[in-house]
Amino acid sequence: MKKLKYIFFIFYLLTFTLPVLAQQQRFPKPEFESGYVQPSTQTPEPRALSLEYFDVLVLLVVLSLATWLAIKKRSRQGILWLSVFTLIYFGFYRNGCICSIGAIQNVALSFADPTYAISLTALLFFILPLAFTLFFGRTFCAGACPLGAIQDVVIIKPISLPKWLNKTLGLIPYIYLSLAVLFAATGTDFIICRYDPFVGIFRMDAKFHMVVLGISFLLMGMFVARPYCRFFCPYSVLLNWMSRFSKWHLSITPAACIQCKLCTNSCPFDAIDYPTNEKEVLKSGLGPKRFLVYALLIPLWIAAGVLVGKQSHTWLSKANPDVYLAELLISNPEIKNDPDNIDVQTFLASGKTMETLVQEAEILRGKFYIGSMIAGGFLGLVIGMTLLNTVVFRKRQDYVPHKGNCFSCGRCMDYCPVEK
Amino acid sequence: MEDKSKSKNRREFIQSGVRLSLALALGSVSGLALSKVVKDDYVWQIDPFECTQCGRCATDCIMSPSAVKCVHAYDLCGYCDLCGGYFKPDANALSTAAENQLCPTAAIERKFIEEPYFEYIINEDLCIGCAKCVEGCTSFGNGSLHLQIIHDICLNCNECSIARVCPSDAIKRVKASEAYHIKGDFSKNPES
Repeated sequence: MKKLKYIFFIFYLLTFTLPVLAQQQRFPKPEFESGYVQPSTQTPEPRALSLEYFDVLVLLVVLSLATWLAIKKRSRQGILWLSVFTLIYFGFYRNGCICSIGAIQNVALSFADPTYAISLTALLFFILPLAFTLFFGRTFCAGACPLGAIQDVVIIKPISLPKWLNKTLGLIPYIYLSLAVLFAATGTDFIICRYDPFVGIFRMDAKFHMVVLGISFLLMGMFVARPYCRFFCPYSVLLNWMSRFSKWHLSITPAACIQCKLCTNSCPFDAIDYPTNEKEVLKSGLGPKRFLVYALLIPLWIAAGVLVGKQSHTWLSKANPDVYLAELLISNPEIKNDPDNIDVQTFLASGKTMETLVQEAEILRGKFYIGSMIAGGFLGLVIGMTLLNTVVFRKRQDYVPHKGNCFSCGRCMDYCPVEK
Repeated sequence: MEDKSKSKNRREFIQSGVRLSLALALGSVSGLALSKVVKDDYVWQIDPFECTQCGRCATDCIMSPSAVKCVHAYDLCGYCDLCGGYFKPDANALSTAAENQLCPTAAIERKFIEEPYFEYIINEDLCIGCAKCVEGCTSFGNGSLHLQIIHDICLNCNECSIARVCPSDAIKRVKASEAYHIKGDFSKNPES
């Protein structure tokens, strides 16, 4: 039956198209006699560019407000309401896109791919929070990030995690960041956006496994406060670096600390550093010897990282669809006969030769080779530095926020009895 | 006391030094990126001449139903009675009966204009972007039906989830000022 119809179509085609073959249109447009007016194809405009710039303006205003509330006004209440606004505007109204966390990938891709031009909005979303953090601490996390806001409002009974666990889990963002930059720079994938656990909640629509992931993050966040921010967020790595050297960071007390210890339980993120006990440190034998050993170990860590990166580059490159397809066709040539494999069938129909595909895949794999070695070396350095940090002794007399990990949410300020 | 202030001074000196270098790094990253920046925003769009009608647009878009819809380039339409995009290849009659229609959601309206011409209008609210009609129209007709990303539905994700799975890489970033790629000029298509 199908065949018959096809023959009929060809007949139809031949009789009608022969006179207009020059136009290359199978069925010429008829000339209507009944005064028929042809409707026009509807093309609704995308969101206006001015509205995109308005988002940048909102981000700027929210960042300034959060900074003012955290450092000058010292109002936890204000920051809370600001984060609710952020959650509604950047989260539920703007559907969580574009966000500063994902903008890392746009910047990485724009450096790696000369044909990709980054839009000004994405660049500003990347730069503005970092610039603010360099001077005022992570006020972005406190009030301007929708992902932080949605986790901040579900904190019910935060538990304190042991220090070693905090440090170990704190390495995950470095791995996530290196993978995200590697995949973005090779034009493979934007994993930060793809595995954003909360964007499905903002959009009220997502794949099932992403909804499960988002809800489990929120459930976990009731007890382990802000799990995504602390143990996954790749942007937190950059913010952490900036914040460590921030000029005016939030302080727990408005004047001098009176060592009342009231604030010790106030931080759900374990980001308050206690005063150091010099005698204890001397007794435990954390000395220059250990420091030296750990410092000398750093090059070894880097070398190990490079080696691991080198070993895993083949595996990592399989995430790229072109490399995957080339590998599939080489290792499993019978798949060409599988009519259900759309990718293979499209490739076969496209007229692209196997050589070009393999060549492209090899270029991509070369990029992965270099990229994963750099990423591995970077991770080795991070592990070495983290270990070194555990033996570095810093004198502290007061209860102070850890500048790198503090989200500037302002909870501790409410606990401080000292008046200005 | 003096010792303390000395160590504090040293710490502050290191801090401001690192801060300055971080600021410089941030500045150079933004400066380098700024040299490539475009004022125009980017949106995702399908190149209809590269589309192979695989059907993934209907299933992989984060919107449900998909932000990809069939659009009708009326300039190209032959207004056929036997429309390859409207009727199933084994349709038993050229009528609007549901069993004859190719579209799974009956999103194409067929309207009689004059003998022997019929107009076909896409009802965007019903269309799911499955490309069944596009395949029919492209293989048997003029190819006036084709897929486009409709920008008042599309959320313009940072990475388009259908662009990632498109087997022919037909979905690309285009400038927001030229957000659509409506088939109009037949000469663009080398094959038909």
